[in-house]
Amino acid sequence: MRRSQEPGLWALFSAGGMLAALVLPVLVAVLWIAAPLGWVELPTHANLRALIGHPLTRLVLFAVVSLALFHWAHRFRYTLYDGLQLYHLNQLIAIITYGTATVGTMVTGYALVVFP
Amino acid sequence: MPDTVTLEVQRYRPEEETGPAWQRYEVPFRPEWMVLDALNYIKDHLDGTLSYRWACRMGVCGSCGMLVNGEPVLTCATYLEELPHGSIRVEPLRGFPVIRDLIFDLTDFLNKLKRVSPWLVRKKEQPVADGEYRQTPDQLAEYKQYSMCINCMLCYSACPIYELEPEFIGPAAIALAQRYNHDSRDEGVQARMDVLSQHDGIWACTFVGECSAVCPTNVDPAAAIQRYKLSATLDWVKSTVLPWGKR
Amino acid sequence: MNPDYRPYHPKWHRTPIPIFWWVRKRAYLKFTARELTSLFVAYSAVLLMVHVRAAGGSEEAYERFISWLQSPLVVALHVVVFIALLCHTVTWLNLAPKAMVIRLGGRRLPDAAIVLGHYAAWLSVSGLLAWVLVGT
Repeated sequence: MRRSQEPGLWALFSAGGMLAALVLPVLVAVLWIAAPLGWVELPTHANLRALIGHPLTRLVLFAVVSLALFHWAHRFRYTLYDGLQLYHLNQLIAIITYGTATVGTMVTGYALVVFP
Repeated sequence: MPDTVTLEVQRYRPEEETGPAWQRYEVPFRPEWMVLDALNYIKDHLDGTLSYRWACRMGVCGSCGMLVNGEPVLTCATYLEELPHGSIRVEPLRGFPVIRDLIFDLTDFLNKLKRVSPWLVRKKEQPVADGEYRQTPDQLAEYKQYSMCINCMLCYSACPIYELEPEFIGPAAIALAQRYNHDSRDEGVQARMDVLSQHDGIWACTFVGECSAVCPTNVDPAAAIQRYKLSATLDWVKSTVLPWGKR
Repeated sequence: MNPDYRPYHPKWHRTPIPIFWWVRKRAYLKFTARELTSLFVAYSAVLLMVHVRAAGGSEEAYERFISWLQSPLVVALHVVVFIALLCHTVTWLNLAPKAMVIRLGGRRLPDAAIVLGHYAAWLSVSGLLAWVLVGT
């Protein structure tokens, strides 16, 4: 399994790490800290819908969410594997982490496609 | 300034003991002394049975690496004076089986080193009459840093992954593979990639980065491995995602 | 690990690895903390989709989601998430030149220039996203 999959998983991990590094801090700061504290005004419900409705926004959201999940899956897998020395559970850990990221990607894709 | 310093040395005498034990030695403190000088003082004046490896005393041979206060260092390049006051703990490098006292076995590394073909691989040797393989200073600069490795094993000792997964080929061997990969005279990139693109090659590494932090010659094996991952991934993209772009 | 992997002399001593090996050295602890920032990356990704879903629902449902975001405990949680994400960004961007070799006109770009370029990209992306969210 190793030969064919490691580079692909690492590519997803790296792309996710880079995207997360560039976009997530500002999103968390604006959406979930500054706006709830009233420091900035977020778009109204209708405007936000229009913004997310734009195909480009949906594409960016899909890439960020999906790759961030694969970034987590890869890192967390090795944290469990080496950090807790769970070598005998290697297969199970891989299935759970990458599986979660795959399911998350599909759910995200579906949610963005059917977004009103 | 104190006139003596205490060294706590890890002893292991397999014919007497089932596991390691600590032994304390009081040695003169001299500001110009390295930890290795203190060990030599013990060997010459206090206890001739203490076993450890050393040769050049000048950071070139790479045989006197030990854990000093838990950090992997060359004992010939660590002043007694630069260590915090109090006793100094000296142990064999971590991650290797200990043969006796401060001496560990490095057969495993030597076997791994061979696997990455750390020499110039040529498909066909050029006849002597054609002259030497010429290289520009820029081409030399591509690999020179990696060629500074003295096989001292400090990077292996600093690497938790090597300790956890002894199958891992490890920092120095991969850096030395890159040393030849980046050499303009070499043609062995593919053969080394076949060995290193396995899990026990580059992919076991999770980039702790301590290998580079402890390297006495600034080789930066961590960078060598991450660059290898990037090129292995680009290779994979070329051959899998874009099958028409096969090399 | 396969116990038969490394045949060594029965009298050679191997120190067992403690389960908490990663607290043994400051550098290992920092490494483990860096790896665990991935949990916060995943949390933000999931919450982003929850936010999208709330926006797709009725106006009242969205108001309810917003008031949940405003509760002090949730804000405190998100401050922690933000700090963890900053750690992720800083460590990620600082280590970028280790994996990348960028050549310009046959010369290798110095590591500092690659890091600086990444920080510039981070700043621009952050500015752009903030403008899209707040300025429109």
